[in-house]
Amino acid sequence: MKIRVNGEWRDVRAVELAAALAELGYADAVVATAVNGNFVPASKRSAAALAEGDEVEVLAPMQGG
Amino acid sequence: MLTLYDVTLGSRLLLGTARYPSPEVLIEAVRASGTQVVTVSLRREAAGERAGQGFWSIVRDLGVRVLPNTAGCHSVKEAVTTAHMAREVFGTQWVKLEVIGDDDTLAPDGVALLEAARVLCAEGFEVFPYTTEDLSIAERLCAAGCRVLMPWGSAIGSGRGLNNLFGLKALRARLPEVPLIIDAGIGAPSHAAQALELGFDGVLINTAVSQAADPIGMARAFAQAVVAGREAYQAGLMEPREMAVPSTPRVGTALLR
Repeated sequence: MKIRVNGEWRDVRAVELAAALAELGYADAVVATAVNGNFVPASKRSAAALAEGDEVEVLAPMQGG
Repeated sequence: MLTLYDVTLGSRLLLGTARYPSPEVLIEAVRASGTQVVTVSLRREAAGERAGQGFWSIVRDLGVRVLPNTAGCHSVKEAVTTAHMAREVFGTQWVKLEVIGDDDTLAPDGVALLEAARVLCAEGFEVFPYTTEDLSIAERLCAAGCRVLMPWGSAIGSGRGLNNLFGLKALRARLPEVPLIIDAGIGAPSHAAQALELGFDGVLINTAVSQAADPIGMARAFAQAVVAGREAYQAGLMEPREMAVPSTPRVGTALLR
């Protein structure tokens, strides 16, 4: 299924967020996630079903002022 | 000592972590500044590069508190969602709430800021709103549950110092009990000293340090300026006068004509 991850189209086999993150190489990364603009806590990623065309944001700590 | 949301800090300088020439310089600048609070953000992480993982490892090793920001957010929804994400990643209730209203000045959108602050305070966040010197917004932010305010000195990254002295003094006078941290626009240690001399409780500096020719030296200079400014405020500044007043006594002046 095609989803957009951080603005880029990606093809994933996974059908829920936790598996998609692992598939995309984020398995052990400290990240926060959102699907279609809504925050998905780490504890709910396994239960978060993905659908074709979903917009997934994967954010990490970064420099800031 | 400075107390922000029941956390007592030895330093009145808060430091941003952006735009340093290298991670090593950032680490040394944080140490030289003596700060106990650094600001951080959340940005998209590329699985291959993992830049954020490396940065987070550096920040954790600094042993200071982090104050996550919502930089770049233009709406209540974006800011609130970013705050939720930051709370999970950084493990803190603290959030520097920015809701930008104008892309040229990066001035806050007071109405959206207030709404986002209400939502986040009600959810238990400890909100540090990036605001202006506007008294009515400031009072409403306090009523919403904000126990610290971060009024701007001047536009973010402009280095123009305290742009509206009259307004900032009025804010300080109106809210004598609320910790006020000047955020944005501080370009030189003299600006920071001035903020502290006026009774502001602290300053948040980023660009003035990170973009200095020698960020570590500048961090040290700001640390001294903040201490000097605070001590001057406590010592009580003299009132300016319109005309000269001789400091050497007139009594006993010799007649030498």
